[in-house]
Amino acid sequence: MMRLPKFRFEMPGTLAEAAAIVAENPDRTRLVAGGTDLWPNLKRRHQEAGCVVSLAKVAGIAGIAGDGATGVTIGAMTTLAEICENDMLARDYPGFVRAVRSISAPVLRNMGTIGGNLCLDTRCTYYNQNEEWRRSIGYCMKAEGTVCWVAPGSSRCWATSATDSAPVLCAIGATIKLVSTEGERVIDLAALYQDDGIDYLTKRRDEILTELRLPAVGGAKSSYWKLRRRGSIDFPVLGVGAMLELDDQGVCTRAAVWLGAVRSAPVACADAAAHLVGKKIDENVVAEAAKLARKPAAPLDNTDFVVAWRKTMVERYVDGVLRELAGLPEKVKNPRHGIACV
Amino acid sequence: MTERRPTELEGQSPGGKRKGLKLIGTPHRRVDGMAKVTGQTVFADDFVAPRMVHMKLVRSTVPHARILRIDTSLAERMPGVLGVLTGESMPNTFGILPVSQDEHVLCRDLVRFVGDPVVAIAATTEEVAAEAALAVVVDYEPLPTISSVAEAIATPEPQMHDYADQGNIHKVVSMRFGDVDAGFAEADLILEDDCFFEGNTHLAMEQHATVAIPEPDGKITVYSSTQTPHYLHKAMTKVLEKPASHIRIIAAPNGGGFGGKSDPFNHEICAAKMALQLGRPVKVCLTREEVFYCHRGRHPVQMHLRTGFTRDGRMTAQHLKTALDGGAYGSYGVASTYYTGALQTVTYKLPRYQFDSIRAFTNKPPCGPKRGHGTPQPRFGFEVHLDKAAEKLGICPGELRLKNVVEPNTVTANYLKVGSIGLRKCIEAVMEGSNFKERHRKLPFGRGLGLACSSYLTGAGLPIYWNHMPHSGVQLKFDRSGGIAAFCGETEIGQGSDTVLAACIAEVLGVDLMDIRLCVADTDLTPVDLGSYSSRVTIMMGNAAIQAAERARELIAKAVAEKLELPVSRLVFADRRVFDAEDPEKGLDWPDAVIAAESKFGTLGTTGSYSPPRSPGKFRGAGVGPSPCYSYSACVLEVEVDPETGLYTVDHVWMAHDVGQSINAASVMGQIEGSIYMGLGEATMEESAFRRLPARLSNALVHKFPSLLEYKSPTFLDMPKMTTYVIEDPDPNGPFGAKEVGQGPLLPMMPALANAIYDAVGVRVDQVPIGPHMILKGLDDKAKGKPGRYGPGPFPAFDFGEPLDVPTLDEGGDGKATNNAARGLREDRGTMKIIKS
Ligand SMILES: Cc1cc2nc3c(=O)[nH]c(=O)nc-3n(C[C@H](O)[C@H](O)[C@H](O)COP(=O)(O)OP(=O)(O)OC[C@H]3O[C@@H](n4cnc5c(N)ncnc54)[C@H](O)[C@@H]3O)c2cc1C
Ligand code: SF4
Repeated sequence: MMRLPKFRFEMPGTLAEAAAIVAENPDRTRLVAGGTDLWPNLKRRHQEAGCVVSLAKVAGIAGIAGDGATGVTIGAMTTLAEICENDMLARDYPGFVRAVRSISAPVLRNMGTIGGNLCLDTRCTYYNQNEEWRRSIGYCMKAEGTVCWVAPGSSRCWATSATDSAPVLCAIGATIKLVSTEGERVIDLAALYQDDGIDYLTKRRDEILTELRLPAVGGAKSSYWKLRRRGSIDFPVLGVGAMLELDDQGVCTRAAVWLGAVRSAPVACADAAAHLVGKKIDENVVAEAAKLARKPAAPLDNTDFVVAWRKTMVERYVDGVLRELAGLPEKVKNPRHGIACV
Repeated sequence: MTERRPTELEGQSPGGKRKGLKLIGTPHRRVDGMAKVTGQTVFADDFVAPRMVHMKLVRSTVPHARILRIDTSLAERMPGVLGVLTGESMPNTFGILPVSQDEHVLCRDLVRFVGDPVVAIAATTEEVAAEAALAVVVDYEPLPTISSVAEAIATPEPQMHDYADQGNIHKVVSMRFGDVDAGFAEADLILEDDCFFEGNTHLAMEQHATVAIPEPDGKITVYSSTQTPHYLHKAMTKVLEKPASHIRIIAAPNGGGFGGKSDPFNHEICAAKMALQLGRPVKVCLTREEVFYCHRGRHPVQMHLRTGFTRDGRMTAQHLKTALDGGAYGSYGVASTYYTGALQTVTYKLPRYQFDSIRAFTNKPPCGPKRGHGTPQPRFGFEVHLDKAAEKLGICPGELRLKNVVEPNTVTANYLKVGSIGLRKCIEAVMEGSNFKERHRKLPFGRGLGLACSSYLTGAGLPIYWNHMPHSGVQLKFDRSGGIAAFCGETEIGQGSDTVLAACIAEVLGVDLMDIRLCVADTDLTPVDLGSYSSRVTIMMGNAAIQAAERARELIAKAVAEKLELPVSRLVFADRRVFDAEDPEKGLDWPDAVIAAESKFGTLGTTGSYSPPRSPGKFRGAGVGPSPCYSYSACVLEVEVDPETGLYTVDHVWMAHDVGQSINAASVMGQIEGSIYMGLGEATMEESAFRRLPARLSNALVHKFPSLLEYKSPTFLDMPKMTTYVIEDPDPNGPFGAKEVGQGPLLPMMPALANAIYDAVGVRVDQVPIGPHMILKGLDDKAKGKPGRYGPGPFPAFDFGEPLDVPTLDEGGDGKATNNAARGLREDRGTMKIIKS
């Protein structure tokens, strides 16, 4: 069995204590929520920690409040399973719930939290490997090495953003609250991410994500399609989160299309969204928007499936999601792989 | 999800299922079932011994190199580290086959793949051992690497092993059965195909583990997750240079094997060496990554098939070429090589047959036997090939196969003796169940049906090392309380062999399964059984058990007959009694019957053993393929393909399997469903993929993802609906008529999928696993007016030389090659008479 390295472990009861411990040495300290991402990473030694601070006992950062009429707040320590089972969320934010239901498998959703999911490390098949394996490729830029094997000429890391919930949350305009010893701030979730496989989060390492806020629904509909090999467990190879608001005439008043797993951050398909707004949505408009969505996607050979095919899938999946939201007839089948299996 | 048809009990003949069977054929509880479902089974990793220490292997991080220097000083200084071993301590080589003794427990001067073990470290805890392992420094001088058969052909030097047939080609085989050219001349249609079957691995849930316990008298006991304790015993003896009688191997119950625990492994022998050195018990548990490095999984095989057909669909000749990517060591590879050709002839009549094959050494984990050992790859090629032929000839693929089914009790072109054959019934069952005739080629675009068949051996006819002793032995000891202890070297790997052993004895003696105490897989206490491989356990152990039980029944019957003053012939053994068939009231309870026998004969014990019948082939290579009998399967698979994406879903599988006779009907069903599952993985997603980094920057050649998350294997949610048919066509050689079921039903899954995809969208994918991009590419090509085929390029160029010529029986052959001298072979001795049927 692979074993964890040695580190100092803290389990504070309050947010203030947690923030204070992290502030002591932010670069050597890691937060752990459900641990479904952190523990495997530590065991494989591609992440390291002098100190790990558990948020499990911190009071007041779990639970779901509000509804679609007024907006919802979800504590960072709320488990994915709790989100899956929440009727109000399923009714008012079905795209978000579908995304969460598609995350890994039931046992992991019992442990995994929404905060952890939003801060999830980026992934790459050259990186999510044990110490000996990485030693055998001479490591890579993201941990201990200098070269990016996915794009050897590149000066940056292209590990992919793997969170399933972020694309659709960005599409509906969710915000988050960050807390540190220096105070708290609320930012757009979209602003949490940046397209760099190593520094994929914009927040400081001493900041704790405490809350996710979903805006009131209004007339918006949202959905999430996920491409993966199997009906369960697999990380997304492509995630499409979309929001569409149509008026009585079927004219689009608001739209957002976000892609996951095709860059180091969730990526907005601004051109696709702009193409939709102000138009009466029909198959041609959707098809054109789907074509425009290809551009921002930069899938590389560091996850499952073949790169060229994945790029084609961006267009097909965006087409599929938008058809679903606009109530148009299905063209691309949302396969079993695409729908979260409840 | 599983839809079950009632088990079909058909075709019973006197040689098979005998009248009045009580337990055999029923679904009954497994003797190890309760322990397994309640978590009480003691697997090797569950063993704990006082003062036990933990061992880790330091494995090579380079694919091919000379070892320049090993520095363990840092590791040795770490608190808790107790022992360090390097290759110097174990100079003797080992390996499963006598012809490829090419492994060192720890590499001495060369490492041949990333994962090859170099150093062993023992420490007080697993954590310390792991940290210390990371602190070992090994300096390497890199050597050129080989990652494919083509590269192996092109790179004869430096040789990875000096015993290879040529350069880095481990094995070259070429044999011709009959006048193949004449066969092709008779054909109206000659079809050629190039196919590829990617390598994949076993993925048993249990990771290999071993605990070695030294004893005060210098002996050693080793508990290990192994499918072959007997062969491990032999390898240990050789490497440890200790008398075999001082080494005791006990196979712990295996948490799945599938062929992945059939070789003797470095970690097993090394744990024993370390235990002897430290005088303390040593445990080693592999990580999942290490299991990927042990591998011995499915060989990647490129194939070329050329087959002649008459207009009405009979086959006139076949020429098959296979090229196996063997990985870094021999393992079972020589056998695997022969197996990629041997069983082509036992399903359909192939009057003339040529088989050429090479196995290459490459700098990757060694391939070996995985469920179906060497046969799924050519079976895939053959069944896809037949689907194409059926279309070209305008014959229903089911009819084409039915037309060609081998007749029972015949000898094939390559001298395999086929006994019972239920293939016809299998084909009919799945065609009817799936409504094949009405639906094939007639479903809407995107939906398709594919049909494929297969066969597998019921136990290899020859042992791995040459000897005349039984392949399996069973010893029974009778207690005057009525208890029966059964001793047998057989190894439970989850397939249910313990229950089969108990059931065979219980049936003969009329006792309850739970009356039998099993002592199995212990080289000190149990008679040899060669191991759980080649689907040999039920037939060989079963027959040995029946013999031992029948010998006991004879003794007990004599004593009871005397006591009851009845003729022996009137006694019945049933319901834990021995009684008069004509007056069932008159009889003895089982314990009294045993007491009567013990009083008469003294302490009661019997033995039974089994050796397979000799086979008619007497040419070099004839040892691979013969079996006491062959099982047969047929499958229809329904698929739905999304033409927009190429993604597809397997909706329904109909699988019929000719098992001869079920011993435990529930286990038979389980094996069929498990085979469907494993076959689905091989067909749709499983692949042992490797990565090379850009040569100008790195010499790395690594397994792409040695992990359970990224090596994709189906989940429950990916399982189709299954309809299984158990066809019982008893074989006189099987215990109660039973044949194998553990491997055969896996084979037709892969070609059935490829054929179904063709039916759905008209794209031929001539390789597995079948990815959605392959289908989409085929569809795009078709739209551009191209053929719509996705598959490998031509077979690698290789000169096989003059084949070994063996005239067929029909041509007056006697099973011997006619050109041994020309090929530099000595005349083979054969003691078998040809059985003309
Ligand atoms: C086999 C497997 C399959 C998976 N499949 C998927 C999948 O399909 N889709 C998917 O999205 N994810 C998947 N995951 C990843 C993971 O399980 C989920 O993303 C989960 O939500 C992570 O939450 P956690 O609480 O366990 O995170 P943790 O492991 O506790 O933390 C993850 C990261 O976030 C940081 N962090 C956690 N909480 C906070 C906080 N409140 N403030 C600041 N930083 C924080 C941690 O320091 C750490 O770096 C999978 C994981 C595994 C092992
Ligand atoms: S993208 Fe490049 S640098 Fe980043 S983890 Fe992968 S190989 Fe390493």
